[in-house]
Amino acid sequence: MTWVNGIVQGILLGGVYALLATGLSLMFGVMRIINLAHGSLALVGAYMAVLLVDHTGLNGYEAIAPILPGALIVGYALQRTMLERSLRAGPLVPLLTTFGLLIIIGNLLQKGFSPDSQALDPGELGSKSWSVTSNIAISAFAVLVLGLAVVVLGALQLFLTRTRLGRELRATAEDPETAELVGVNSRAVYARATAIAVATAALAGIFLGMRSAFGPDDGAALLLYAFEAVVIGGLGSLWGTLAGGIALGVAQNIGEQVDPQYFALFGHGLFLIVLVWRAVSETRGIGLGRFLPRRSQGAEA
Amino acid sequence: MTALLQVEDLDARHGLLQAVRGVSFEVAEGETLALVGANGAGKTTLLRTVAGSHRPSAGRIVFDGADITRLRAHERVALGIALVPEGRRLFPGLTVRENLLVAAHGRGRWSLDTVVEAFPLLAPLLDHRAGSLSGGEQQATAIGRALMTNPRLLLLDEVSLGLAPVAVDAVYRSLQTLIDEGATIVLVEQDLNRALRVAGRIACLLEGRVVLEGTPADLTRERVTEAYFGLRRAGVA
Repeated sequence: MTWVNGIVQGILLGGVYALLATGLSLMFGVMRIINLAHGSLALVGAYMAVLLVDHTGLNGYEAIAPILPGALIVGYALQRTMLERSLRAGPLVPLLTTFGLLIIIGNLLQKGFSPDSQALDPGELGSKSWSVTSNIAISAFAVLVLGLAVVVLGALQLFLTRTRLGRELRATAEDPETAELVGVNSRAVYARATAIAVATAALAGIFLGMRSAFGPDDGAALLLYAFEAVVIGGLGSLWGTLAGGIALGVAQNIGEQVDPQYFALFGHGLFLIVLVWRAVSETRGIGLGRFLPRRSQGAEA
Repeated sequence: MTALLQVEDLDARHGLLQAVRGVSFEVAEGETLALVGANGAGKTTLLRTVAGSHRPSAGRIVFDGADITRLRAHERVALGIALVPEGRRLFPGLTVRENLLVAAHGRGRWSLDTVVEAFPLLAPLLDHRAGSLSGGEQQATAIGRALMTNPRLLLLDEVSLGLAPVAVDAVYRSLQTLIDEGATIVLVEQDLNRALRVAGRIACLLEGRVVLEGTPADLTRERVTEAYFGLRRAGVA
């Protein structure tokens, strides 16, 4: 029965992972940027919530209201000032700049908040739960987070398919040069994509912070979870990301049932299995090219 | 009368290769100019430079009296320049409808409805993914997409490339309608006969330079052919 519990808790955890992974997937899908600072930006969201809870009367949930618009602005500015320039210098440069950002954020958080771990209070919801059987209790907080993740992913899906900005984003992802030729400002589209990515990351960071304690160096681990969820779920689909996040959460919780130290290890194991299976299944060669969505090539003279 | 488009001493490069060398030409409102020339003569690079996809290394591009040399492609679209790129370059994952709507800019006679009216073959295909269309259908979508921006100047790069003869005829019938309505067009065409038939003026490019220019009435097929292959260089009319 503890196994069933592990699976149930894993499914509930998967929602946050999906939320965390969405931005990473979006930035890669649209700009081919692997944002190594993505987990750190999520962490910054959690720390900002700590700051707001400590210095204003807001609780953790209310802190989301000012943090989300702030994160949108930070994402937009980050793209226009740093990533856009990096991108122009070649596809590998953003990898270096975002790695630098990961280090700097970790150090700044350590300096500003001390290396001690922090926690966000999930409030009454944190202790409220429904017991299904004697061994399985479903936490109200976890259900709320999963529900919210589904709502956010659904809203994002609608945004991408039904709105003008969403269409521009998808067109730019497929062929940025041609998008410009039909009047789309690709740099503005890139900045919007990064804004959405940072906002969803911050949201995920706040919920992860309510779920468990966090420290200034957790950015890399969060990035890894997001990356694993994206790869397990497959690129280019929001619902795939949700499935990937849930699969990762289930694997981690099953690992924890075996031995509390195996929480992360089982997640990494699933990631590795999926990666190898994907590489071997379709063709026999092992190459990363297949994981990348198609992009048409620039025309020549 | 001032020209709608003025290109002055334009140079464009691909690394060390200079694809366009000191090209100057003008296009008046309502005129159709055909650029002809062999593969590698610089026609595509020239169009891409006018549209803003390719940065010129020297020279000036003036559109409707304003210098647009430093503007980005999407800003030129807003001013009224649209390019139908070589190879069509549709967004394959988007539907035909989305391909058209993403280009909808400005006000004018072109909207989803009027484009479908002009290209009736698109009507049943609106919700199909652009990647699943035939060559002729894709070309119609690509031209329709450019029209959706309500351009004042339409640049067409090899619209007949890779199409079945029937499809080419259909595309040119639609183009003729546009020309008759007074559209301003610069088109690149490999097929000299089609170029001579549809264009009001022809410019022949050779190794990045304009070597012959004139109206179809002034130019004989032989003179264009000579310029095309570089048989006689001093042929600027």
